[in-house]
Amino acid sequence: MYDLATAALDTARIRGASYADVRVMHLRQRDLTTKNGRVGTLAQSESIGIGIRVLANGAWGFASTDRMTRESVAACAAQAVSIAKASALAKRGDVVMAPENAYVDSWQSPFRKDPFEIPLETQLTLLLAADAEMRRVKGVTLTETDMQFRKIDSWFASSIGSRIHQRKVITGCGIVATSFQGDEIQKRSYPNSFGGQHALQGYELVESLDLLKHAPVIAEEAVALHAAAQCPQKTGTLILGASQLGLQIHESVGHPIELDRVLGQEANFAGTSFLTLDQLNKLRYASDIVNVVADARLEHGQGLGTFAYDDEGVPAQCTDIIKAGQFRGYLSNRETAHLIGLQRSSGTMRTESWNRLPIIRMTNVSLLPGTWSFDDLLGDTDDGILMETNRSWSIDDRRYQFQFSTEIGWEIKSGKRGRMLKNPSYSGITTEFWNSCDAICEREHWTLWGTPNCGKGQPMQTMGTGHGASPARFRNVRIGTAFSEQ
Amino acid sequence: MNVARKSGAARSLKVGATERELRNVVDTVLRLAKSIGVAETEVHVDETISALTRFANNAIHQNVAEHTVNVSVRTQVDQRTARATTNRTDEDSLRAAIEASLSLAHSQPKNPHLLPLPGKQRYRGVNRFIKQTAALTPEDRARAVRRSAQAQSAMGNSRSLFAAYHDTHSVFSITMQEGSAASWAKENAVDVDDIDPQRLAERASDKAHQATNARELAPGRYTVILEPAAVLDLVGFLFYDFAATALQDKRSCFNGRMGKQVFGKNISIVDDVYHPLQLGAPFDGEGIPRQRVLLVDHGIPRNLVYSRASAKVAKKKPTGHGFMLPNEYGEAPMNLVFSGGKASLEEMIAATERGLLVTRLWYIREVDPYEKIMTGMTRDGLFLVEKGRVSSAVRNFRFNQSILEMLRNVEMLGPAVRATGEEAFEMVVPAMKIRDFHFSEVTKF
Repeated sequence: MYDLATAALDTARIRGASYADVRVMHLRQRDLTTKNGRVGTLAQSESIGIGIRVLANGAWGFASTDRMTRESVAACAAQAVSIAKASALAKRGDVVMAPENAYVDSWQSPFRKDPFEIPLETQLTLLLAADAEMRRVKGVTLTETDMQFRKIDSWFASSIGSRIHQRKVITGCGIVATSFQGDEIQKRSYPNSFGGQHALQGYELVESLDLLKHAPVIAEEAVALHAAAQCPQKTGTLILGASQLGLQIHESVGHPIELDRVLGQEANFAGTSFLTLDQLNKLRYASDIVNVVADARLEHGQGLGTFAYDDEGVPAQCTDIIKAGQFRGYLSNRETAHLIGLQRSSGTMRTESWNRLPIIRMTNVSLLPGTWSFDDLLGDTDDGILMETNRSWSIDDRRYQFQFSTEIGWEIKSGKRGRMLKNPSYSGITTEFWNSCDAICEREHWTLWGTPNCGKGQPMQTMGTGHGASPARFRNVRIGTAFSEQ
Repeated sequence: MNVARKSGAARSLKVGATERELRNVVDTVLRLAKSIGVAETEVHVDETISALTRFANNAIHQNVAEHTVNVSVRTQVDQRTARATTNRTDEDSLRAAIEASLSLAHSQPKNPHLLPLPGKQRYRGVNRFIKQTAALTPEDRARAVRRSAQAQSAMGNSRSLFAAYHDTHSVFSITMQEGSAASWAKENAVDVDDIDPQRLAERASDKAHQATNARELAPGRYTVILEPAAVLDLVGFLFYDFAATALQDKRSCFNGRMGKQVFGKNISIVDDVYHPLQLGAPFDGEGIPRQRVLLVDHGIPRNLVYSRASAKVAKKKPTGHGFMLPNEYGEAPMNLVFSGGKASLEEMIAATERGLLVTRLWYIREVDPYEKIMTGMTRDGLFLVEKGRVSSAVRNFRFNQSILEMLRNVEMLGPAVRATGEEAFEMVVPAMKIRDFHFSEVTKF
């Protein structure tokens, strides 16, 4: 693969590029779903190609091709240079890149069981068994299960001499029970909604989930929700389960810290950010007990944002984002690092595929564990609502005002979990919300959740991101707003 | 892996393939499948050539081009089916895809409801390919920053079905900022010459200027005038509810509501791929010709769309809206056309005592799937209308609004246009003046 990459780099240099990097990527994916006891999707796909990014006349160009011959790759590199020169027609200044070392390395994400080597019959048998367990519960009207496996090889080469091969194995799995009664559709998912849990792991992730144990539980909850009380509308105490808190982090911390968004490069699509450059090291983002990092290193966990090098050839790093409540860092790349006084990129350039330009993306943006046991947290709460498993999510285009709803809630009264609540929701302003956090559970309750479907960029790129979180408590939160006046 | 190895006739599919060349790939797959004893095979070949230029802070920061080919093979053996997709067109890769599909298919239980592949069909022609759009250069895009694409596809199966389609597509969108205020304009068309970047830039610039000094209003119920992009991004969330499979699975908001007066009498909706403002192939994922379907007639949901499988369950005829098999979702209308009216935006504003003019909506998500309550934000230009004229800019609101209720409260309709937003795929919808639209909270800008 490096032969083709080198050919691309040579052509780019001869055509006038001052810098070039190349990604050859081979992506394999398998998708399995069931619905109501029958196989739904059963498909696999494979794609290989090369993406070439060049800097010429001080501006960027990018072209990609799936024609993996020297001639086609050279033509693609020439096209990238031609595009860069066209870009230079409308530049304000030359692109300046932070220095980076050249690396020659090969890395594979750890896994115990290659999901592509596990017999399909084994995988389908498990999904159909979980599906059957859910359908045994009276009142369930729709059952769905899914597994998704990906194996991604990438060969990165750059004109500064880097040659980096990475192989990532990703597994996802989840189950859903839906119940339609009267004028209401209720749903419960395990271990998370929108595809379940996803991680940089092998088939061992699926085996760890114990689907058959949880299938009847969520099915019974989906039916029971019809008879549950409506979540009240009030301002009060909110306890978020870890998976919902993971998405809260994603939307109200992860996206606002993307430096391309802060600089206006995503204004036309994904929006901008309230975290203007003057806020760095000044803004009290959260309460003292809140610490958030962006950590792509393996030691943080096997999340969807874990890698050895980003797609610009920069080694994985851990960056403080919020430290003791203070705003401390952005996600940057080699082009933007100097704008926030950094000598080096924070290593967050990622691409969905060989035919997409790398852009700044979240890695694993995680809330570090606190000190509370979950039982103590409930015991310390006189009057609150516990919400679990996301149902909807929405935030404005500068990431101030958000609203989330979850699949299920419970009243907390006098330190004990009480009656079930349906249609829970909460809303707020990002910094007010995070400053109201007064308790975070300890590492025992911490999970590195995977968000496999983060969309950003034009053309749209879908990326997996990781979000570690444990249950946490927030005070004076607006609750029930989604159903106000309905 | 050897990716440059030599193989058979289909390996040299050139960029911008003709229908004959696409058919050659289809025929190669069918021949290979037959040679290894596969009873039934379906093939899709899709080629996309696209380019995009992005401009921010008065400079180009992203300028990209791509070419992709996908060959997707579905085999069906002994009431089992599965799909494998590759982006390689040499014979070895095509054979590997066939074998992968077979291997997947064999690994599952029989599906007694699986239908045999359909035979040869007849299609109504559509012309949506413009040479000038396909030939746009990076320099052309740099002069008026935009995205252009051409796509060609063909499908065939072992029962002699063959269908092909090609089109071009061009998009221009712009966001203008003035201080903390912003506005936006976007259009898409088959023909790049139908888009006037200068006019859109002027509209966005004027609106950004008007959007400065936004005042904060209290949340509550307001009369709103939704521009077509705002209408599109909301009603776009209705599309899957018209799928017969969604009703059979009891996850459509039309369960128990078919034939009832769900919307106002001024709301009629068809799915019509042949409409002059629509795009898309005149056949579905199984090669069944798409039909025009009257979905909502004067506020009453009358019909659904059907794949072959859901049609059999419902004892109906397929309407040509099925997704590629195998899948769990069945079908959906992808070419919605709302009936419009005659009112211009200016007339709607003039007829409004107090209300809000909404440029676009953002981050729309479903809060309640049966009442179809959606949440989201206004974005890039929200204006107060008082006594028939725009009086000031307003800080953005969050809404929590049932689409069913909203389409009962439509007071005025503009002409239906091909709208484009960011949440839903393009449809033909009008601007709407709507009473009692529910805004629940306000943000800081």
